[in-house]
Amino acid sequence: MSDAIKTDAQADEADARRSARIGLVLFLLYMALYAGFACLAAFHPEQMSKRPFGGVNVAIWYGMTLIVSPLLLATIYLLMCWRRSAP
Amino acid sequence: MNAALVIFLLFVGLVLGLSFWLGRKARDAKGYYAAHGQIPWFVNGIAFAGDYLSAASFLGICGMIALAGYDGFLYSIGYLAGWVVALFVVAEPIKRLGRFTFADALDAKFDSRGIKVAAAVSTLVVSVFYLIPQMVGAGAVMKALLHWDHVYGVMTVGVVVIAIVVTAGMVSTTWVQFIKGSLLVLLCTVLAGMILHRGLSVTPPGAEDRPFKPFVSIPADQVGASDLVPEEGAWKGKPYVRVRDEQGIVRVWRLDGGRLFETQTVTVAGGKTTVNGVELSANQKPKDLLRPVGNVSALPGGVSETGSLSPAGFLTAMQDSTVVAWGSEDIVEDAAGTPGAKTTVYFQKQVSGAKIMQPGMGMFKGLDDPTHKTIGGDGPYRNMEVGTVKKLDFFSLLLALFAGTASLPHILIRYYTVKDQAAARKSTVVGIAAIGFFYVLTLIIGLGAMTSGVLDLTDPKGNMAAPLLAHSFGNLFFALISAIAFTTILGTVSGLIMAASGAIVHDLMTGFMKMQIDDHRKVLYGKIVAVFVGVVAMVLGVLFEALNPTFLVGWAFSIAASANLPSLIMLLFWKGTTKQGITWAIIVGMVTSLTWILLSADTYKGVYHSTSTPLVPFSQPGIVTIPLGFVVLIVVSLLTKKSVRQGPPTPVLAV
Repeated sequence: MSDAIKTDAQADEADARRSARIGLVLFLLYMALYAGFACLAAFHPEQMSKRPFGGVNVAIWYGMTLIVSPLLLATIYLLMCWRRSAP
Repeated sequence: MNAALVIFLLFVGLVLGLSFWLGRKARDAKGYYAAHGQIPWFVNGIAFAGDYLSAASFLGICGMIALAGYDGFLYSIGYLAGWVVALFVVAEPIKRLGRFTFADALDAKFDSRGIKVAAAVSTLVVSVFYLIPQMVGAGAVMKALLHWDHVYGVMTVGVVVIAIVVTAGMVSTTWVQFIKGSLLVLLCTVLAGMILHRGLSVTPPGAEDRPFKPFVSIPADQVGASDLVPEEGAWKGKPYVRVRDEQGIVRVWRLDGGRLFETQTVTVAGGKTTVNGVELSANQKPKDLLRPVGNVSALPGGVSETGSLSPAGFLTAMQDSTVVAWGSEDIVEDAAGTPGAKTTVYFQKQVSGAKIMQPGMGMFKGLDDPTHKTIGGDGPYRNMEVGTVKKLDFFSLLLALFAGTASLPHILIRYYTVKDQAAARKSTVVGIAAIGFFYVLTLIIGLGAMTSGVLDLTDPKGNMAAPLLAHSFGNLFFALISAIAFTTILGTVSGLIMAASGAIVHDLMTGFMKMQIDDHRKVLYGKIVAVFVGVVAMVLGVLFEALNPTFLVGWAFSIAASANLPSLIMLLFWKGTTKQGITWAIIVGMVTSLTWILLSADTYKGVYHSTSTPLVPFSQPGIVTIPLGFVVLIVVSLLTKKSVRQGPPTPVLAV
């Protein structure tokens, strides 16, 4: 087995570990946001009907945030993985 | 209706023609099961959307929002949230470890027949549970659009899907999903735009051939005593007043605060059906005579219509409106009235928009119950509080949706159709963008259906809400949306059949039974299995006609999450995971979640039509069975640790 192949495999492995670590951090971030929503709806439903801004209530704001934020996190993830794996 | 049929056929023909043409080459097993691993990432991303946004998403969620407001929207949130797990945790390892199926990835470093058979069986169970609602949905759509019998709708979908899968396997499946995903998101954007442009009105137009007529209320003292039908039998003590009009037709009114509110009734007595006091002719169904419902009764500022609205303006206006929702009550007459006459009274309920726009109106009613009331009855859980049970159910559902997406076999196999991990990553992001945008639209479409005067009272789950809403924008648009619903089903069913055929041929036949099959045969067997699974799906689709699609998809998510997620996660993050641990976690997760579902209140009511007390306190198993899968995996792995140490050292992805 040539050294070049071995190095490539190691680099792949290292890349996979890095992207997994970034992924895990972003995943935990989102999970906290999601759990916060579940707890708010279950234990403080009165907060859900407040209208902080834009005339739309917290339930809608929070729900829409949960739907839109994954795209934001995913873009961050793409950029971070891309930058790291660039030579 | 002929124009509708032409549009429908053109549309479906276009989708299929394009897919066959684009997918014309798939010769070897890698081509058949994984589209040669050469689907461009952007196409794969949209195909994710086409694969994932099933009949349950499009028909089911729009219907649930139309009937239950925000409680239905919770499904949109959960279905999308699941993609976070898929992208950040599962996507890249799955791509790195596997070749054709989900079992490949789990089994990559063990080569265990136990894992192969457990993963293959769980793939089959989840796929079948997911297939049934798609087939049932297909029957419903064809019935609404072309007035076909349920059986023909189901068979059409079955035959077309088998044709797609047998032609070029994953290649043609991918292109069908890509085209369908793009069109679905595009048409739903147009539909949402039309709703916003029309705005809200207290007198919505309804559909072309079924215009909406507002329901009225009159002061109770306006009715003369001579017109009243005496209150007797089962009607005694009910808040209903039966009034005979000039033509001698008896209508039922609901008495509330000194006013009488118009109701709608369906009475079945001695083989005859009467709707709103008028007897049905031979080929009529109750829904032909029932008036369409769903309107705003009061808008903010007392106006009668808002005109065009911005998305935020639409949601704000909804919060400040009052909506007419409909409840129903069955009244069964005995001795005093006609023997066995059963009347279903549909009555108006004024619901404040503020209540609709937050959790707790529909299936999670009682979530905020502050009264410490207990369930009661004679079941083993009679002392649990209603609020607690609802909270557990709520958490359980959110957990199952969150954990389920990344465990669905037909979604996981889509990671094998792209070139490498970077492409898997990029295509997931595209998928998230398309799917997220679609779920944002579902809120507007669902609320639009709630207020457009098109809903059918005999469709209690609202499965037809989206196509009926489209009807209010003309027959042409109705045909387009129905064609989209049909291709939606095609795309998802193809993916499911591919997942099932991969599990049988790749995991069971070559993996578990160690059959020596050459590449060419592997494709041939794959096609034979696809035909077989397709036929099974058709039979089940006919048998389970009466079941609600969303219901079964919820089950599939719970089973997938309980059986597959613990193994996937622990394999990636815990070095001590053993093959026995994985095998048992899959089996226990699958069996317990399935058992829980079969013993739950939803199933008692919806499937067995039984009123006895269910054996489990709440309907969604996830909150119990997902952690259980993790516990089983850890315990069994610890017990069987030795056998792993004897093997060669295995690389584990450490974090």
